[in-house]
Amino acid sequence: MPERPGAGSRLRRRGQEILLTAPSFLWLSLYFLVPTFLVFVLAFRPADPFGGIGRGWTLATLRALADPQYLSIAWRTFWVSFTATAICMLLAVPTGYAVARAAPRRRKLLLMLVIVPFWTSFLIRVFAWKSILHPEGLIKKTLVFLGLVDANASLLYHLGAVILVTVYAFLPFAILPIYAAAEKFDYRLIEAARDLGAKPFQAFRKVFLPGVRQGLVTAVLVVFIPALGSYVVPDIVGGTGSELLGNKIAQRVFVDRNLPLAGAVSIVLILAVLLPLLAVLALQRQTKRPAGRDAKERP
Amino acid sequence: MRRSRFPFIVTGVVLVFFYLPILILVVDSFNASRFGGAWRGFSLKWYARLFHEPAIWEAARNTLFIALLVTLVSLVLGTTSALALHRFANSRLQRGHYTLVYTPLVVPEILMGISMLMAFVAAGVELGMLTIILAHVTFCVSYVALTVLGRLQDFDFTIIEAARDLGASGWTAARRVLLPMLAPGLAAAALIAFTLSVDDFVITFFVAGPGATTLPIRVYSMIKHGATPLINALSTLLLALTFTTVLVSQRLSASGSLKSRTME
Repeated sequence: MPERPGAGSRLRRRGQEILLTAPSFLWLSLYFLVPTFLVFVLAFRPADPFGGIGRGWTLATLRALADPQYLSIAWRTFWVSFTATAICMLLAVPTGYAVARAAPRRRKLLLMLVIVPFWTSFLIRVFAWKSILHPEGLIKKTLVFLGLVDANASLLYHLGAVILVTVYAFLPFAILPIYAAAEKFDYRLIEAARDLGAKPFQAFRKVFLPGVRQGLVTAVLVVFIPALGSYVVPDIVGGTGSELLGNKIAQRVFVDRNLPLAGAVSIVLILAVLLPLLAVLALQRQTKRPAGRDAKERP
Repeated sequence: MRRSRFPFIVTGVVLVFFYLPILILVVDSFNASRFGGAWRGFSLKWYARLFHEPAIWEAARNTLFIALLVTLVSLVLGTTSALALHRFANSRLQRGHYTLVYTPLVVPEILMGISMLMAFVAAGVELGMLTIILAHVTFCVSYVALTVLGRLQDFDFTIIEAARDLGASGWTAARRVLLPMLAPGLAAAALIAFTLSVDDFVITFFVAGPGATTLPIRVYSMIKHGATPLINALSTLLLALTFTTVLVSQRLSASGSLKSRTME
């Protein structure tokens, strides 16, 4: 809209901005920002015997975190998420590429097949695995029949099952950003690299991957961060030996109803989420500065 | 130049990986056997049993009521938010506003659940339908705002100016020009908000309290208490609903883009 000079219209514009911004700004401040800060504050409050929050201040809750079980669970949460993210990326990069490169008609179908799980209930998708991996389930029976697995072995309730189902649950989220980046990629660059003597894999690694970098970063974040906060997957297909930070938070809330301790464990999770985010931000700033082409090339 | 077949093979494997568990679940819902694995004949008894579970239907009613209300509120909040972000981009207020809208998307659900639970308990708000609705609106607003913002960025605002030059008031221009052109974006955003609300388990589980039950919470307690064949049947019904929704929305967006193409 044309900028009209004059103090009156500038004031009116400012008023309009505040009017349009206020509803969402106030709502998110009240129900997202304040509660997040509250988690930090309430971790210093004692729990009251009725499952609420007591009066006074204490450091006892944070001291309870020194319990080695929390440290080992934080570490396990990290490497389960890391492994699941790595597997997701190995599958999502070729898939995103293939969907972007398919003929238009086929691409539409493939894209829809990738999107449908995206819209399907998370709980149902996790549950589906519980019944397949079940001792009476199809996979177990097939594996026993082929002699690959002992009849008494359990496919459920261990870390392997948690990683497998985490990959299943988050893979669609990884494919879409990679596809979005791969669709915009100029494939003549690969041809040029090949003409200049690059081997197919070299061209892929040195030309394609850097070209879709933004998609790769998004894909890593949308898998790794939710995986760190994973609760449903380890709760349904994991056992006591595969509990993650999310399970611990839920146990403090639903089993012994100690909200301050649940808050303290959440702080550990918040820090675990912030670290990769800050790492990515720092990395992006570093790679952007010397190159600096992206910003200029775009109109 | 010959292209490697490898990515296409991986894609095939990934699609089988995506759909095989769902397919097995659907087939098992028609299996007369209590456990999957062995086929004991076709049966609709689990579906029949489903209709005699009043708790499921009550949960379904709650879920629908919550989702409709959440969609409405978050559509209003998200659209005003997107309009502000678009029109006043780069002002200092909007940079803060954008961070506030964007951050909930990268926060794991369980953290939003626990923080809102603690806030409600600290403020003495009774847990129930109200707290579920407040929580759902909070995570839906961001999705709606960014979806609508995406559409606004493709939007040609000179059309609004043309309407104003031809004598339309600001309100008329917004209602007669901006709103119809924004409609597909609003529909997409509403669909996202509705689906997110219907599907949400983790945040709902934290803020629900003992009285209010939604469908995902019901399904979860059925999973925990081992009512496997019933969940298979219920899941199949929900999957059918999801597939139809995706198909319809694809059709809608296809015809929408067709319309905008013919208009050019």
